[in-house]
Amino acid sequence: MSTIPKGPRPKHLTVGRIGLYCFIIMCALFFLMPLYVMIITSLKDMDEIRAANILNLPKELSFYAWPKAWSQACTGFVCEGLKPGFVNSVKITVPSVIVSVALSALNGYALAFWRFRGAYFFFGLCMFGAFIPYQVMVYPLLKIEDFLGIYSSLPGIILVHTIFGMPILTLIFRNFYASLPIDLFKAARIDGGNFIKIFFYVIIPMSTPITIVAVILQVTGIWNDFLLGLVFAGRDNQPMTVQLNNIVQVDYGVAEYNVDMSATILTSLVPLFVYFISGRWFVRGIAAGAIKG
Amino acid sequence: MPFYRNIAAKIALLPMIVISLTVFVGCIIYSFVFSLTNSKLVPVINYVGFDQYERLFKQRKWDVAVENIFIYGFVFTIGCLIIGFLLAVLIDQKIRGESLFRTIFLYPYAMSFVVTGLVWKWVLNPTFGLENSMHMWGMTWFELDWLVNRDLAIYAVCIAAVWQGAGFVMVLMLAGLRGIDEDIWKSLSIEGVAKWKSYIFVILPMLRPMVVTAIVLIAAGVVKVYDLILALTSGGPGYATTTPAMYVMENFFSRANLGQAFAASIIMFISVVCILAPWAFYEFYLRNKYANN
Repeated sequence: MSTIPKGPRPKHLTVGRIGLYCFIIMCALFFLMPLYVMIITSLKDMDEIRAANILNLPKELSFYAWPKAWSQACTGFVCEGLKPGFVNSVKITVPSVIVSVALSALNGYALAFWRFRGAYFFFGLCMFGAFIPYQVMVYPLLKIEDFLGIYSSLPGIILVHTIFGMPILTLIFRNFYASLPIDLFKAARIDGGNFIKIFFYVIIPMSTPITIVAVILQVTGIWNDFLLGLVFAGRDNQPMTVQLNNIVQVDYGVAEYNVDMSATILTSLVPLFVYFISGRWFVRGIAAGAIKG
Repeated sequence: MPFYRNIAAKIALLPMIVISLTVFVGCIIYSFVFSLTNSKLVPVINYVGFDQYERLFKQRKWDVAVENIFIYGFVFTIGCLIIGFLLAVLIDQKIRGESLFRTIFLYPYAMSFVVTGLVWKWVLNPTFGLENSMHMWGMTWFELDWLVNRDLAIYAVCIAAVWQGAGFVMVLMLAGLRGIDEDIWKSLSIEGVAKWKSYIFVILPMLRPMVVTAIVLIAAGVVKVYDLILALTSGGPGYATTTPAMYVMENFFSRANLGQAFAASIIMFISVVCILAPWAFYEFYLRNKYANN
């Protein structure tokens, strides 16, 4: 207990501790329930889903929903499953993450060490952009992209993700660089380093931890995006989330809940994987993105 | 100061400056200008004053949308704060398996809104969902028809959203709790203050910066809510769970009523500014002022 910071663990469980554990386990069950339902539903066949309790384990495992969700489920008239969406999401996420993280690192570096008059005014504007609802910007941005000739294309959606990822990423890079000892920078200056040389030889080698945080933040954010993919990616590049929604929300035909749930799990696999292997970093990313100033 | 001094940094920050000005500022100006026109399918400059706003405020659907966003904003924010704080306190009791519980409470945050919506849509399915389970277990009085109930559907959205977002608040609060000085706990225990009282009356006020940050971040996210509702209820039954964001998107992309969409999006923007302005004023102006004194 936190009132007794030191000393051995209490040997006997008190009534209060048992109550505490019961309560926290109940909370955990509530949080796990949707994941559990998702997984077992995807492993049942439709007859069992119709007949049995949603919380019961499947009587016999049926795996047919998984390949169907992956490569045969229909969105509208096309029956190719989620696979094209997965490919599109990869094609969108990888370049978007690279471009936005690289650009934001450069921004953060310039803001932290090469401050010029007005730089922070524009940085403030940029941060303000992080809070503007997308709905205010989608249409004008669509017009801009249309003018540039990249609307409804892969470069178009990559640019959009770069734009909307920039404020928060620039902020976390700037904060990280501002926390580095300034003497390091001064020493590099005395040794004759210029803007580019110091960035590549001094700053980048030190940026690994914050880059990991930024990449995690962007991978989950871009993979989970729906609205921007829907508007800017165009029909041929629709990301997985958009296709998932199309598969599940079909207006006609019999709803196949096991296929829907397999598709839902497939769509969340990448962010969940990132989350489970990077737990501590993920948490750090949240904290870095949340705590301003 | 000559312009070419520190020119590398200026060039490096050029993309950020251009994006801030054209996208973040430019789009708002564009939207505002065209909200004063009667544009339908394409944006045309044909000023009609504030007609679009007048028409907007007369729409029954907009009223419903605004009412929903208030209900959702209130329930979601309060729900996340209470559950997030509670979970953080529970985890702070030096329990066994702390990291396991933390992982469980935070994993929904890695999932997209679309996935969250689709999972809860299945769990709350009026025919096969939890209601059915409870009936099968003999609790025939149990009713959970929220998704098809006009008055309750928005609360189903709230539950799904709290499930997804509570872990985020937990992480912020836990970081705060871990930063509390041990001496404070010692003196509280010497004084014989009950644990729950110390948490509510002593520790919670000390976490005020965390609470404020959490509220601002949650509230700024509330205004944007779109994909979650699209996946969970599609705005239905009827338009019972529609939100301002959905209203804007509908008028942009399916009703070809650009003027209305611009007007509604400007209202969304103004409401975000109203949420942010007091916080930004406090955070960046007052705090600096006191820090300098």
